[in-house]
Amino acid sequence: MLTLDFLINAISLGSLYAMIALGLVIVYGILKLVNFAYGELIMVAGYGLYVLGSLTSLPWFAIAILAVLVAVVTSYATELVAFRPVRTKSLTAMLVTSFAVSTLLQNAALLIISPRARAVPLPAIFSQSVAIAGLNIPIRNILTIVTALALLGALTLLLKYTVLGIALRAAADNFKMTRLLGVPANLVISVAFIISGFFAGVVALFWTGRTASVTPTIGLAPLLIAFVACVIGGMTNLLGAVVGGYVYGIVYSLLSLWLPQYLLDYREAFMFLIVILILLFRPSGLIRGNTTSERIG
Amino acid sequence: MLSINNIHTRYGAIKALRGITLEVQEGEMVALIGVNGAGKSTTLATIAGVLHPVEGTITFLGESIVGKPPETIARKGISLVPEGREILASLTVEENLRLGAFIRRNHQEYLKDVEENFALFPILKERLRQLGGTLSGGEQQQLAIARALMSHPRLLMLDEPSLGLAPLIVDQIFDLIKTLHNRGVTILLVEQNVERTLEIVDRAYLLHTGTIQTSGSAKQVRSQVDIEGVYLGDLKRD
Repeated sequence: MLTLDFLINAISLGSLYAMIALGLVIVYGILKLVNFAYGELIMVAGYGLYVLGSLTSLPWFAIAILAVLVAVVTSYATELVAFRPVRTKSLTAMLVTSFAVSTLLQNAALLIISPRARAVPLPAIFSQSVAIAGLNIPIRNILTIVTALALLGALTLLLKYTVLGIALRAAADNFKMTRLLGVPANLVISVAFIISGFFAGVVALFWTGRTASVTPTIGLAPLLIAFVACVIGGMTNLLGAVVGGYVYGIVYSLLSLWLPQYLLDYREAFMFLIVILILLFRPSGLIRGNTTSERIG
Repeated sequence: MLSINNIHTRYGAIKALRGITLEVQEGEMVALIGVNGAGKSTTLATIAGVLHPVEGTITFLGESIVGKPPETIARKGISLVPEGREILASLTVEENLRLGAFIRRNHQEYLKDVEENFALFPILKERLRQLGGTLSGGEQQQLAIARALMSHPRLLMLDEPSLGLAPLIVDQIFDLIKTLHNRGVTILLVEQNVERTLEIVDRAYLLHTGTIQTSGSAKQVRSQVDIEGVYLGDLKRD
């Protein structure tokens, strides 16, 4: 039976996955780079929560904003320091760089903080529920959905109605021509990394909220989710990432509901079986982009 | 206005330009002609900063632009309409035009420029909300030129604007280029259609295997092409 609380739970998971995927694909769309350090942006925001939560007595909301900012600044800094110098080289150089950045950030967290989990502050509403039609719905799930819709809306407005947004889409379509029109390459790439960091930061609030803790390797799972969601939806456009995120989250929830108890441990296997089936029939994902796969430098 | 001195450009091991020297004065329309592979498009791409020469100087409005990225050169007032038009296919006609005005940033002037463009290219007004990729070849070429004009370029470089278009549309494009020139736009034109091109330009350079074979007024180059007609064979067909 598909009850309302199940639906909200599934859509909430899908919303979270859609946000995770969007942050990855916004950079991929322009640079054709799968940024393997993306998960670490979620990690640094998580540690931002932990550090600010234990050192200051700021209200949670202020800490959350600062933590998102930590991810944004980290993302921008990695672009500036690590990716920009190798951008005109090969795609392989960029991929290796992203692995290096990922390892570096993880080890920095290990050295500076601890390999052990650290508690992050949570707002009271994250553990509260609200009664709707006689069902207990966790407020966190509703917040996840509302946040995702708000961010998707804001991103759509940015991409459709601002010159910068149009330039971002143009750069994903034909980077050389976009530059010939006077749009600086560094500008669009920096903006893409900043948006990516912003999504990672927001995701971190909800992701660390599930266990109320952060570890150096917390970014691995979301990175994999983002990658799978992008593969399901299609790597070449943002809509694909959103659709992929929702499909992943909802199908995963359905598997949890429908699989018999003794098969629940194999949820991931069933999930990947479905991904393989999708790829067999739609090799470029559910949503086909009209952008080229040409890489820029 | 634009002065190029002895540029050499490579594609990997292949030397596409071997010492090109040319000049464009303000208000002039100059053509680069020559067979396929002569280096015409490479010359434009080198000026626009898409390719960087291994040797030589390029000066625009008294300033060296060698080695500058394409966006910087675009901001200095050089606009390239590349071969194949390179319409941003997933963007609407309107968004293409808006991006053409990226370096201007004045919304009032943008709206005025769009209106002026509609007078020159009425079809674009009808297609405003359509995706660039859904336009016909002729419409895309008009959009590419309109988009370039949105930045008010000091120098407009057109690479094969008539390529792949129906004869009737080719007439329209040549009329349009003439109109732009009469309005005072400085144009550097690369064209396969040598006959038509030499009718409308002031001066021309004849390129061959990356060097300049002949240059002079359209008339002078014309007589040279006639003399060397055999070797320019397929160029002279139409």
